[in-house]
Amino acid sequence: MELYELGLCDLQDKLNRDEASVQEIMESIFKRIHTVDDKVKAFITLDEENALKKAADLSHKDSRKGTIAGLPFALKDVFCTRGLRTTCASRMLENYVPIYDATAVSRLNAEQGILIGKTNMDEFAMGSSTELSAFFPTRNPWDLERVPGGSSGGCAAAVAAGEVPVALGSDTGGSIRQPAAFCGVVGFKPSYGRVSRWGVVAYTSSMDQAGVIARKVEDCALIMNIIAGRDPLDATSAEVKVPDYTSFLNPDIRGMKIAYPTECFQQGVDEEVKNLILAALKKYEELGAIIEEVSLSHGEYALPAYYIIGPAEASTNLACYDGVRFGLRVEADNILDMYCNSRTAGFGDEVKRRIMLGTHVLSSGYYENYYLKAMKVRRLIKNDFDQVFKNYDLIITPTTPTTAFKLGAELNDTLTLYGNDIFTVPVNMAGLPAISIPCGFSEGLPVGMQIIGQAFDEGRVLKAAYAFEQNTIHHKNKPSLGGEER
Amino acid sequence: MALTIKAVEDIALMARLKLKEEEKEDFARQLNLVLDYTNRLHELNTDNVEPLTHVLPVYNVFRDDVVCPSSPREEILSNGPLLEDGQYKVPKIM
Repeated sequence: MELYELGLCDLQDKLNRDEASVQEIMESIFKRIHTVDDKVKAFITLDEENALKKAADLSHKDSRKGTIAGLPFALKDVFCTRGLRTTCASRMLENYVPIYDATAVSRLNAEQGILIGKTNMDEFAMGSSTELSAFFPTRNPWDLERVPGGSSGGCAAAVAAGEVPVALGSDTGGSIRQPAAFCGVVGFKPSYGRVSRWGVVAYTSSMDQAGVIARKVEDCALIMNIIAGRDPLDATSAEVKVPDYTSFLNPDIRGMKIAYPTECFQQGVDEEVKNLILAALKKYEELGAIIEEVSLSHGEYALPAYYIIGPAEASTNLACYDGVRFGLRVEADNILDMYCNSRTAGFGDEVKRRIMLGTHVLSSGYYENYYLKAMKVRRLIKNDFDQVFKNYDLIITPTTPTTAFKLGAELNDTLTLYGNDIFTVPVNMAGLPAISIPCGFSEGLPVGMQIIGQAFDEGRVLKAAYAFEQNTIHHKNKPSLGGEER
Repeated sequence: MALTIKAVEDIALMARLKLKEEEKEDFARQLNLVLDYTNRLHELNTDNVEPLTHVLPVYNVFRDDVVCPSSPREEILSNGPLLEDGQYKVPKIM
């Protein structure tokens, strides 16, 4: 196997046993990127020169003290990186160079991980296909005519294509889990408040959460050990003890109680997706888990509530792009026109749509009918989950109702595109941790299974995911992009 | 009640966006589509439901009022699109 095909933990073993050097790992990674990224288009910015320099600095074992010393990672271009352009895939921030690192990034740097580049996304994380990047669409490594999902589509595509073993993404309504499902990789969204949002460009502050995309569950655990935990710079980062997530990597799940909601097997879900999830539930039963059907009756209201809450918070968060302190500026002879010109030129249509929607639902006379109503429904959605978690450890659903769709297919159909998030959005509304892991293929395209846990019970989610992974072979399939040396 | 073109113009101004004539109709149609869809929420009775703004049980988070170092002024200003004498420059306001 080539080095670029290995996971983070596997690479760590190679380094520890002197079977590979940090430089060899970096060379393998960048060679792979240069071979396949013309097709996949996962990266907006590569930081090859710096990465190779860091690799040289970490060539001696004695210099490697950090837990991921010498190992490569990528970042969705929503994470601020000091001195390295951070665009959010928007014209607005095309030339923005942050003066600080996001906390999650500085923690990975402190453990001597090596950043190799920034990946593509839907503009300001608004979208489900990565086609809404202001720069270019990313393609699904399993079928280049299909989308990788989004908004963290660049991360998922890069990980699936062997361009990097692990990447940090962000997830507001499914933006880590949905692309992970579409690309056949692992996508882990921790509980709201588990990972600092400092330096992660905000979309919907009450739902945004940073997380991990990787090819193996153990790599998610390793990264979570580094990025999880309270950060004084993010007042919403929780003061909850962080366990050693790798201690949950034990496939014994006997007696674990898993619920599956009736609603997730009803209309609109692809038959093949349904069958694969049912087969996965059977596998869990074989492994000793107790599987029962439950109802999450308010789930269908999560999407309409999200269309209000998401845009409302986005409209306020994106008010900071005014052409004054950073970002694009288009001159005018008075300040109102300067604001309007800058924002009109800087934002794409989907961002404008959400800003306007948010502006409307928050405006005087509409607030109660929309925003307040949505927040009340949000409570009902959370109550549903609380009720189920009184009796169960985990909830399993499909990650998405279908496999990856074709590029351009849903660009003009606002509601269908949003409908992709039907199983993932409720989880963000309730602030719960969830993972998407590969559970099979439908017509050659990967299908993802979502495992949802109680708030701050990431360990059990990882444990169940690990058990499934260790007892199945779905994750071992790799897309064929040409250039593989066998 | 569907949003009119005039309403969309007002919203765009509040959002500090300029719409071309041909865009106004598209945005009106798309916004109305989403707003219609959200009307489903009114199928639910929420009279006695406490709104959930935030899932964490945290409200005001205070820190001690101690002066800490912040980023150097020149670095912060370096991202400003237009500067003069170490300050951000904007078009005439009044």
